[in-house]
Amino acid sequence: MGAFPLTRLLDKASAIFLVLLAIFAIAIPTLNLLVPVSSGLHVSTYLVALFGKYICFAMLALSIDLIWGYAGILSLGHGAFFALGGYAMGMYLMRQIGSRGVYANPILPDFMVFLNWPELPLYWYGFNHFAYAALMIVLVPGLLAFVFGWFAFRSRVTGVYLSIITQAMTYALMLGFFRNNFGFGGNNGLTDFKDILGFSVQADGTRNALLVTSCIALALSFLICRGIVTSKFGKVLVAIRDAEARTRFLGYRVEAYKLFVFTLSACMAGVAGALYVPQVGIINPSEFAPGNSIEAVIWVAVGGRGTLTGAVLGAFVVNYAKTFFTTGWLSPYWLFVLGGLFIAVTLLLPRGIIGTFELRRTDKRNLSLSAEAPRAAE
Amino acid sequence: MLSFNGRMVALVVAIALLLISKTLANAGPFEDALVGLTTDSFSDTADAIEALTATGDPRTGPLLEALKDQQLLFSTEAKKVFIKDPTGRIVDAANGQAVATLPADIENVRLNNRVRGLLDAALGSLSLMAKEASQRLDAAQAVFKSRDAAALPNIDKALEKETDTRVRKALTEARAAIVLYSPDTNAGDKIAAISVIRDRGDQDALGLIDGLPPDLPPDVRKAAAAASGKIQSTLAIWNAVQNAWYGLSLGSVLLLAAIGLAITFGVMGVINMAHGEMVMLGAYTTFVVQEYIRAHNPALFDYSLFIAVPLAFAVAGLVGIAVERGIIRFLYGRPLETLLATWGLSLILQQVVRTIFGPTNKEVGNPSWMSGAFDLGGITITYNRLWIICFTLAVFVALLAMLRLTRLGLEMRAVTQNRAMAAAMGIRTARIDALTFGLGSGIAGIAGVALSQIDNVSPNLGQGYIIDSFMVVVFGGVGNLWGTLVGAFTLGIANKFLEPYAGAVLGKIAILVFIILFIQKRPRGMFALKGRAVEA
Repeated sequence: MGAFPLTRLLDKASAIFLVLLAIFAIAIPTLNLLVPVSSGLHVSTYLVALFGKYICFAMLALSIDLIWGYAGILSLGHGAFFALGGYAMGMYLMRQIGSRGVYANPILPDFMVFLNWPELPLYWYGFNHFAYAALMIVLVPGLLAFVFGWFAFRSRVTGVYLSIITQAMTYALMLGFFRNNFGFGGNNGLTDFKDILGFSVQADGTRNALLVTSCIALALSFLICRGIVTSKFGKVLVAIRDAEARTRFLGYRVEAYKLFVFTLSACMAGVAGALYVPQVGIINPSEFAPGNSIEAVIWVAVGGRGTLTGAVLGAFVVNYAKTFFTTGWLSPYWLFVLGGLFIAVTLLLPRGIIGTFELRRTDKRNLSLSAEAPRAAE
Repeated sequence: MLSFNGRMVALVVAIALLLISKTLANAGPFEDALVGLTTDSFSDTADAIEALTATGDPRTGPLLEALKDQQLLFSTEAKKVFIKDPTGRIVDAANGQAVATLPADIENVRLNNRVRGLLDAALGSLSLMAKEASQRLDAAQAVFKSRDAAALPNIDKALEKETDTRVRKALTEARAAIVLYSPDTNAGDKIAAISVIRDRGDQDALGLIDGLPPDLPPDVRKAAAAASGKIQSTLAIWNAVQNAWYGLSLGSVLLLAAIGLAITFGVMGVINMAHGEMVMLGAYTTFVVQEYIRAHNPALFDYSLFIAVPLAFAVAGLVGIAVERGIIRFLYGRPLETLLATWGLSLILQQVVRTIFGPTNKEVGNPSWMSGAFDLGGITITYNRLWIICFTLAVFVALLAMLRLTRLGLEMRAVTQNRAMAAAMGIRTARIDALTFGLGSGIAGIAGVALSQIDNVSPNLGQGYIIDSFMVVVFGGVGNLWGTLVGAFTLGIANKFLEPYAGAVLGKIAILVFIILFIQKRPRGMFALKGRAVEA
């Protein structure tokens, strides 16, 4: 690989982002583990877990940006892939509890003992091995996305219709996971985790390790996304976004392109969910709620659709605002802020933070370029 | 003179004889039976109760009621029975006249469990002869349930006199139930009884026939098995009718929620995620109207919904127009952005309502004409569901007429079909956009009035309907009101027919999966628009 493809892969913004992410991944654990608690620079374990959560959300936002920003597929059900990855990880963590559960059953998780399940259901087999669970984390969301996308894209369900049926998909999954007889803990979901790979999930060291792992996963996903969008494949995706029918007439198999990128995006969302679960300590069916998926879309919109770095930034900004508003006396106003954000961003800032910023820079450099935002064809 | 005296004597004797015979006639079976109550023996009391019931005398009812309430007194000396009425007055049971001075040895007529059981049965058979047909019906149905063999003679007696067909039927069925379970009846009677029960054809009848003891003659058993099969198939039909009714009811709710969306999404192409919140606003308008009426003029409560409907239309419609002018008009041609902005709007509207009215459910009452139910064949129909179906269809027809027959409807269709041409013809398209959106929102508000009658009125009311409404519109075919109608009722009925097999949640999941697959097959819904409109 020569110098040119590398600079194409990593433009200035991407390089800055990766450097910042690396600093973040090194600084936070250092400040948490090595700086004494008495010091003003100390970062509490609570914050470490919180940042870890943000990183996972950023990864989810990235996966949405890849399909929405570049291929024009607005999925309102991406939270489902996130949650499925989370459940796969949760099942591994449940099996790791072993006989330390309340009912001390070495095989069955507590909720199954409580519901009088005679034995472990077949689909829980194998989750005591991390490798198998890791495979499922990628495979299950990927497979669902593949099947769903196979049907949807082949019959040319696009635009709003696709958004609505993705929403129906996550809604149906939510209803299903709420049921006790589905074998995923029903209402309460999976929780009370003890170990991951032999380390206690509560320990400071594990939490920092999870944060660093999440940062690495985010960086890798970012590089994969950059690799896709800067390649010829990415150019075709943008063409599909802007004029699907025309791209098809030029001889490209539109549905194959869409299916690939949709499945990849679902796998990324699954990994994000899997990293999220041990850091928050619980996974339950409310993660499937359609509202969650729509909220994730607004992170991308705030940061800037079709910029990748914007998705990450948006996830951080909106979630920081959420943490800020939902803790303390401001909490009744959070929905006003979130709702206002949806409206303000779509009306006033259609390109998001990064997009608007980039637009200004290009304007300065090249005044002849039209300032009109490119519109996605319906 | 003597002859005169003799005549006088003869007259006096004749009159005296007449009087005696009259008193003798007066001392009929009722009076005879009464004497049995004055001996203070349980077995005499029991015999007296049976004798009294057999007389069919109208005085028996109040007498036995008094006995049951321990308000019956007797005197062995005077051989008389007295009733203490609720005011404390004591009357003679035989002639109903107030008694001033009571005999010295007065005592309560006592009861034991055996007598009490007899008494209840006697009262039951008495009400078989009651004046009111409804009382007789209740009594006959009670006998059907208890299958008390002792009631058989009374039933036969009642059947002779009964003229009301419904009571007659109930009596016949009660008789059949007794005959069926009585060990003393022959096989022929039993088979006849089975056919009576079979014609009744409900769950009770099935229980009665399936509960028969196994040691019956083979031809009775055969008849019972055949009747059981017949009843089961009758029940299956009624069950299907019941499901269809529930489905219609659910479908009308879906239609009501989706019909406004069919305008904003179907006609205008605007994805209004805040549609559910317009429904919620309508429901809260109903709440406010009812609170106002309760505080100022409770007599108007039955009319509260008539007042709420136009108000809800106005409130939701005005909010809709404001939303269109303030947000949506900047986003035409960008459906995905519209979706996000209106989602944000829905969050804000929910929070506004939560801030004003609090997060808990609000109590919205049913007017008297909407509460209650009636039976139709084998199913029960509640008035509120029935009215909601009627109301939904009325709204649908009114909307259809409005779009077809009025000037505004014409202009709306013109703008939808070809905006540029409509503008060139002098239609103010921006104004029509705002009015169309207002109309769709206003109808959602009206839906809220109806839904407030059957659902919890809380800030989350709208969220429960938004996904279902979109499913209905997409399934029925965008831009087609008839498609929405068919879509809503199809989904409603399919849902209710799936529920008994799959359970409520799995049924719903099955429907969602079905729609997801259906959209793959027909991406534009059941009744897709054809021609140029498809490309728009």
